[in-house]
Amino acid sequence: MRFIDEYRDAELGKKLVARIQQLSTRPARLMEFCGGHTVAIMRNGIRQLLPPTVEMLSGPGCPVCVTANVDIDRAIALARLPNVIITTFGDMMKVPGSYSSLQQARAEQADIRIVYSTQDALQIARDNPSRSIIFIGIGFETTAPTIAASILQAAEERIDNFCVLCLLKLCPPVMKSLLDLGEIKLDGIVCPGHVSVIIGSYPYEFIPRDYGVACVVSGFEPLDILLSVAMLIEQIENGKPRVEIAYRRGVKPEGNRKALELMSEVFQVGGADWRGLGAVPASGLRLRKEYQRFDAEQAFPITLEPVREAKGCICGDILRGVKIPADCKLFGKACVPEHPVGPCMVSSEGACAAYYQYGADYG
Amino acid sequence: MDETILLAHGSGSKLSHDLIEKSLLPPLDNPLLAKLDDSAVFDVSGRLAFTTDSYVVSPIFFLGGDIGRLAVCGTINDLAMSGATPLYLSLSLIIEEGLSLNELKKVIGSIKAAAEEAEVKIITGDTKVVNRGNADKLFINTSGIGIVPQGIDISGANAQVGDKIILSGTIGDHGIAVMSQREGLKFSVPIQSDCAPLNELVSQMLEASSQIHCLRDPTRGGLATTLNEFAKQSGVGIRIEEEKIPVHDGVRAACELLGFDPLYVANEGKLVAVVDSQDTDRILASMKRNPHGVDASIIGEVTEERRGRVIIKTRLGASRIVDMLSGELLPRIC
Repeated sequence: MRFIDEYRDAELGKKLVARIQQLSTRPARLMEFCGGHTVAIMRNGIRQLLPPTVEMLSGPGCPVCVTANVDIDRAIALARLPNVIITTFGDMMKVPGSYSSLQQARAEQADIRIVYSTQDALQIARDNPSRSIIFIGIGFETTAPTIAASILQAAEERIDNFCVLCLLKLCPPVMKSLLDLGEIKLDGIVCPGHVSVIIGSYPYEFIPRDYGVACVVSGFEPLDILLSVAMLIEQIENGKPRVEIAYRRGVKPEGNRKALELMSEVFQVGGADWRGLGAVPASGLRLRKEYQRFDAEQAFPITLEPVREAKGCICGDILRGVKIPADCKLFGKACVPEHPVGPCMVSSEGACAAYYQYGADYG
Repeated sequence: MDETILLAHGSGSKLSHDLIEKSLLPPLDNPLLAKLDDSAVFDVSGRLAFTTDSYVVSPIFFLGGDIGRLAVCGTINDLAMSGATPLYLSLSLIIEEGLSLNELKKVIGSIKAAAEEAEVKIITGDTKVVNRGNADKLFINTSGIGIVPQGIDISGANAQVGDKIILSGTIGDHGIAVMSQREGLKFSVPIQSDCAPLNELVSQMLEASSQIHCLRDPTRGGLATTLNEFAKQSGVGIRIEEEKIPVHDGVRAACELLGFDPLYVANEGKLVAVVDSQDTDRILASMKRNPHGVDASIIGEVTEERRGRVIIKTRLGASRIVDMLSGELLPRIC
């Protein structure tokens, strides 16, 4: 299969592994920011191929995982309102909030439908003019443009029964927040691939400049990741950290202008709540005033029960790279994919789910 | 106008009798069924295998098959995986009011064709009609009985360290055929369901060697789930190699697109066999002679280490666990 097989080639993979082994002379601690990268690393057993000098930590780049309990509680409360249809990506269904999950709410008769895109949600709105359709808008810069497009489309077509619970988050600000916390000393970051398709690589420039940390934008195939690690190690060994793109077939330094325009037309930057990190200023997207009628929080003001965090769950620490899934007492015991305690075990891109599914001891 | 099924077709009224006698009996006709008594009565001798399964696939027609073919093949394959020679099936239809009679006839036609292909007879049945919304067009239950020849002992608990694992062909075809139909995905080479009766393949394998320890058709949950079942039931480790598992390009592309792993996608015309290493070549050769086994290959072996676990060697030469399918976000596929 073209565009896939080339990036899984075993011979090239072995050459890249040899190159990393040859380049790496001192310990280097890298973080793969994206949950998608964590999955690819575990699925292909990449950690086993790296020399002991190269340590890889999982980062907070899983949109489902970083959604704060309060926001999940809000989504569930909205689902319980009469005459509302909730539309959501499937991953959100099982995430436990303080008291329940969307899956549980659905079993209790809430009308919650899994969609593959915002277009499906708009169609449901067109088909049900007498009901309110709320799309649970989670994601990073990758999903923001399509959500923006759906809002513009709803405005144009006057689909007044459609709105979005806007939980969109931004990656560069949270990277800054992690680096500022200083809990972990990083030498390099495997920067998000799909996010960078939209925003380009310029937004990461502050990382090598202000923090001396190497950055390489990576794709999601095994060779993409091995190449990115090789490039990071080379930067680290040379002592010249900068931003490079290994994922050239998808990412341009300036990003995707059309998508960025769509985003800034509909959204403005605001604060956001992150699981594990709390409130991070200027790390989220809110609807601009002109589009506030599509904001579910404005359209359906509700009071929530006090937020509760699951006892013993260390998802927050894992998302900050301070701990790994195997450090959690609940991991693989009280917390398994069938009965997740925290979101990192639910999402297909969650670090705990990836470690559990592909074998923590092979990580 | 196309005639549709009404609630009255299931009420036991004259309309019910008409439906059965005009549309159901003629295609499936055989002396045991034709009697229309409350039970089919017949003689058998030997060890019996008995199985049942319900089919709720949506949509009911898909590329490479339909719910009727699936209902026959699925139950026949369950019998075959015990080493049984299938004899008879029952057929229960739960029809949603409003299904077109032509669609029902088409499904019955597929049932007839699949039963003939597998050389089994449908000897008893039932038809119910439920209100619109209480079923999704058509649900089918089939039960089947078969005879297990003397000396055959096949079970998921029989895998032994050193055994080889044989897969009969490509994986994921059925699940992706149904899902792409549902999602309206179009591929330059359309993906067809592999739905097929495997009883002839199994009997050829058993002729080649009786040293077949485990047999299973990897339906829901896919190859990964079947191998995990073997590992757990037999208390052994299983090691497979990623590059030895055949997957059609279209299935791989669809999996990439939908975020699935082919190891977990359903099959309806494939089997996995755990066989004695001494007899592996003979069994493999017998499989390749059957149209449903031409792509058969050895994909791994039973090991002593990591008991209860399935380990895969990735293309890059690393290892990882292959876990059971967890949860179910996938739509109904069988």
